Amino acid sequence: MNKLQTGCIHLVGLIFIVAIGFSPITSTVAHANDSLYDALGGTDGIEKLVEELLFNVAEDRRIRHHFMDIDVVRLHEKLSEQICELAGGPCTYTGDDMVKSHTGMGVTRSDFNALVEGLQLAMDDLNISISAQNRLLALLAPMHDEIVGR
Amino acid sequence: MKIKQIVMTSALLAFLPWGAEAAEGRLLATGGATTTEGAAGGGLVPWAVISGYTEDDEMGGTVALTRAQVDDYRLDVTAASFSYKNRFEISIAAQQFTLENLGAELRQQVFGMKYRVAGDLIYTAMPQVSVGALYKRNTRYDIPELVGSQRENDWEAYIAASKVWLAGPLDRTWLANVTVRATRANQFGLLGFGGDLNDSYDVRVEAATGVFLHRSLAIGLEYRQKPNNLSFAREDDAMSAFIAWFPSKRVALVGAFLDLGSIAGADNQTGYYLNLQASF
Repeated sequence: MNKLQTGCIHLVGLIFIVAIGFSPITSTVAHANDSLYDALGGTDGIEKLVEELLFNVAEDRRIRHHFMDIDVVRLHEKLSEQICELAGGPCTYTGDDMVKSHTGMGVTRSDFNALVEGLQLAMDDLNISISAQNRLLALLAPMHDEIVGR
Repeated sequence: MKIKQIVMTSALLAFLPWGAEAAEGRLLATGGATTTEGAAGGGLVPWAVISGYTEDDEMGGTVALTRAQVDDYRLDVTAASFSYKNRFEISIAAQQFTLENLGAELRQQVFGMKYRVAGDLIYTAMPQVSVGALYKRNTRYDIPELVGSQRENDWEAYIAASKVWLAGPLDRTWLANVTVRATRANQFGLLGFGGDLNDSYDVRVEAATGVFLHRSLAIGLEYRQKPNNLSFAREDDAMSAFIAWFPSKRVALVGAFLDLGSIAGADNQTGYYLNLQASF
């Protein structure tokens, strides 16, 4: 083995340690989510983001059927509250829990991913930084199990 | 020519049944790229990811062209895969390895299957875990036999674990993969299987790690331990430093710096790697 390869083993090992060891800390402790609320533009920014998301969903043939017969104004309000609270903002989510609100909807894994893509496009359109995008997605991803297949 | 047949078959697979409704149920880049052996992964290492973008009941797959050029050798690969339900994939790769100094070439076919047994790359706390098998067949065996290879075809088995952290260090999305492979292959199998020094299966560890600068652009490293079965020449581990671009769910492009170490007595074989993948 030459020096370059030996160096690369060390580098791969180091990156593993950094990735595995520090990711929970950076995503939950170091930020405490206080600046994510600001990075999303505060309550106004989050409400705008959810509005963009719902526009994207309405245009997405893959998932718009899930949103046909619902109260969109209420959905916008609850989703904004939820994201605001998750992002560490001064809001309290007053909606149903994720299992209850999705029971009977038959949300598939593909549907969930389509919604994530709608959110990514909305965040792009609002020029939300990649850091803030990733942090919000990391907070929402654990809901996958509560939402899919209900 | 077998390669031509594979290209034709791949083209048919790509454009006939799924031309209109390509699989797109998964998030960008979650099918990885196509390895030199045809399985989904990085370039050198098969990952736990299932090829293409199939989710739920979708069928799909990939076709890919790869070239690796190091100082004294060149590898050209044509590969295709079929995947179903983000659960399993089957793959085929035709490899042509040119020994530029000798004006000779080696040829190998690789048939692969991979099954996701547990976890989800993104959504579960545990990593996505897949098991896979590769059947490799030398279609020109004169040179491998000459240098001491014990057989011209063989099976390999591996288990791979892949995990993504959406907001890892620096608030970037990170991926890590570890693969453990049982193998008797000499130089990926291009020089046959088993040798005069060792003719039993070795367990070898392979690893990959990467970071997404943007959700369509990743950089990373791969490392692959290899056996050392032949007395005629030392065999080194292989590594690469890659950049992968996913402009859409239809196309992926990977470029890499390769260090394959010593191959058949020629030391310090470094060079570039290019892979173009189409998904359907």
